[in-house]
Amino acid sequence: MSDRQPILELDHLSVGYQTSAGIVNAVNDVNLTIYKEEIVGLIGESGSGKSTMAYAIMRLLKGDALITNGTIRVMGKDVYAMNLKELRAFRWAQMAMVFQSAMSALNPVMTVQTQMVDTILAHKKGMTRLQAIERANQLLDIVRIDRKAMQSYPHELSGGMRQRVVIAIAIALNPGFVIMDEPTTALDVVVQRSILDQIKEIQKQEKFAVLFISHDFSLVAEMASRVAIMYAGRIIEMTPSQTLQLGERHHPYTEGLLRAIPHLSADNITIEGIPGSPPNLVNLPRGCAFHPRCPVAVDVCKDQRPKAIPSGNGHVECHLFEGEQEVQHG
Amino acid sequence: MRYFLNKLGFLLLTIWAALTLNFALPRLMPGNPALNMLAKFQGKMPPQALKAFELQFGFSNQPWPIQYINYLGSMLTGHFGFSYTYYPVHVSTIIAQSLPWTLGLLGISYLVSVVLGTVLGIFIAWRRGGVTDSITPIVSMTFQAIPQFWLAVVFVYFLAFSNNIFPMSHSYGNTEVPGLNWPFIRSVVYHGFLPFLVVFLTSVSGWIIGMRNNMMMTLGEDYVVFAEAKGVSPRRLIFNYAARNAILPQVTSMAIALTTIIGGQILIEQVFSYQGIGFQLTNAVTSEDYPLIQGMFLIVAVFGVVINFLVDILYGRLDPRIRRRGATS
Repeated sequence: MSDRQPILELDHLSVGYQTSAGIVNAVNDVNLTIYKEEIVGLIGESGSGKSTMAYAIMRLLKGDALITNGTIRVMGKDVYAMNLKELRAFRWAQMAMVFQSAMSALNPVMTVQTQMVDTILAHKKGMTRLQAIERANQLLDIVRIDRKAMQSYPHELSGGMRQRVVIAIAIALNPGFVIMDEPTTALDVVVQRSILDQIKEIQKQEKFAVLFISHDFSLVAEMASRVAIMYAGRIIEMTPSQTLQLGERHHPYTEGLLRAIPHLSADNITIEGIPGSPPNLVNLPRGCAFHPRCPVAVDVCKDQRPKAIPSGNGHVECHLFEGEQEVQHG
Repeated sequence: MRYFLNKLGFLLLTIWAALTLNFALPRLMPGNPALNMLAKFQGKMPPQALKAFELQFGFSNQPWPIQYINYLGSMLTGHFGFSYTYYPVHVSTIIAQSLPWTLGLLGISYLVSVVLGTVLGIFIAWRRGGVTDSITPIVSMTFQAIPQFWLAVVFVYFLAFSNNIFPMSHSYGNTEVPGLNWPFIRSVVYHGFLPFLVVFLTSVSGWIIGMRNNMMMTLGEDYVVFAEAKGVSPRRLIFNYAARNAILPQVTSMAIALTTIIGGQILIEQVFSYQGIGFQLTNAVTSEDYPLIQGMFLIVAVFGVVINFLVDILYGRLDPRIRRRGATS
C-alpha cells in the first residue's frame, strides 16, 4: 500500500470549536491517509465530527471552529499553509466537495449554466465563455442530465437532478480528490441508488479519490474499499469494507453498529441498538470515550485511552485488541 | 410575459377600485360642494348663483350610473374639478404643480437612503465584527429613534434660524426664475438639502440593519459556502451570490416605503413649508377643499398602486421563483 501515491494525509488532526467552556474538540487526533483513486468511507453518528472534518479539509471552517492540532495535506500540499489566493486556485481544481444539502447548495436566483460556468471560469482564466459553456454541457452529459437543464433555475429541477448538478460542478475541474458529505441524504432510495451507481461510474472514469461520508453503514460498505468509523471525534477503527459483516471481529462500537442494521432477508437476526447516547463533547468520559456504552468494557477502559493497534489491514483503538497484536503478527 | 400581464390586470383592477371608492365616498356624505359654498355665503346667495356653482363644480341630478360614467371619463382625462380655495384653478393644476416637488425631494431622499443603506448593509455584513459594523447600526438607529418632525424643527432652528446656513422654508429662492438654469437648480438643491437630510437620517437605519441581517443569513447559506469553495471571486461572491439573494426582502420593504412617501411626508413639508403634495393636502383639509382632497387622495392611491406594480415586476426580474410560479399557476 505504501508504494501508492497519497492524496489526502491527515496527521494528528484536531478541530475544535471555541465555546464558553473553552475549546471543544469535535475532531480529535485523527490520522487518515487516502491514496490515489481510492474510495474511503467515513461513518459515524450525527455529531461525531464527520462534517467538521470535511469542512476542515476544505478549509471552509466558519466562525468559532479552528484547527487545534495537526496538519492536512492534499496532493502533498499543506492546505493551511497556502495564502488565500493560492487556496482559491487550489481548492476545487485539486479538491472538491459535494455538499450534504443537495437542495440548498445551488443559488436559487441563478441558472444552472451560470453557476457551472462561474466555477469553470473562476479557475480557467484563459477560457472563453463559449468554451466554458461547452465544458458545462459535457459535464451534464457525464451526470446524465438533459442539456436543456442548463437554462433552468434550481427550483425547477428535482432533488436528484440538483444533486447531479452539484456533482457535475464538483468534478468540473477534474479534481484528484472529492469529499462527498452524505451526498444522497435528502433523496429517496430509488434516486439514491441511481446517484450512487453514477458516482461509482464517474469515479472509475475520472479516477479521483473519494472521502465518502455517511451514516448509512451498508451504503458506505458498498461504495468504499476501506471504512473509517468515527466516534466522538476519533477514528476508532479503520477496516477494509469487506470485513464489515456480522461474525467478523471489530471494535465493540463497530459491532454494535453492525448489529443495528436491519436485514431484509434474514428473519432470525434481532436488531439491537447501542444502549445510551453519544457522549457530550464538552465533557468526554475519561479513558475510552465509548466505555460507558460498551458491553465488554473492562477496568482499564475507564481511565486509559486506547492506542491505535494495527489489526488486519487497518487499525483499531480498543484495549481488548492489545493482547492480540503479537498473535496477528506472530 | 404572462406574469407581467397578470400584474398589469391586477393594477388596472386596483385603480378602478380606488376610483370607484373615490366616487362613492363624497356622494355618501351629506350636502354637495355648492351647498357648502352656499353655507359660506350664509344664505346671501341667489338661487341662480347656486345653480351656477353646482354646474361649475360638476354637480348634477343625473342618475348615478351616468354620473359614474362621466366621472370615470373625466378622471381618465385628468379633470378633477375646481379647487375651492384656489378657485378658479383646476385641481389637476395644483397637483401638477406640487407633485414634482414631493416626488423630487422625497423620491431622491428615499432612493439615496435605500441605495446607500443597502450598500452599507452589504459592506458591514461582509466586514462583520469590524469597527464600521459596531458603530454604524448604533448611530443610524439613534437617528431612526428621533421623531422626524422634531429633527426637522431642530435643524431648522439651529441651521436655518440661528445660524442662517440653510434657508428656512420654500423650495427655491424668490429671485430665481424656474427653469433649467443653473441659479435655479442650485437654489432648489440648497433649499432641499435640510429636508433631504432629515428624511435620509431618519430612514437610512432600517435599510442598513435590514440588509446587514439579510446578508448575515445569506452568507450562512450552503450555496454561498459552496460558491466560496468552488473558487468564485470574493467580489462575485458578495454581490452575485449573497447580496443578490439578501436584497429580495429589501425590495418588498422598498415598495411599502415608496407608497408612503407621497402622502406620508406631511410633517416634513409642513415644517419646511415645502410646497409639495403633503403641504397642499394639509391646506386642503384645513380649508375643507373637497375637490382638492379628493384629487389628491386619488393621486396618492394611484401612485401607491403603480409603485406596487413596478416593484412586483422588479421582484419577478430578481427572483425567478416568483416569476415562474406566477406563470404556471
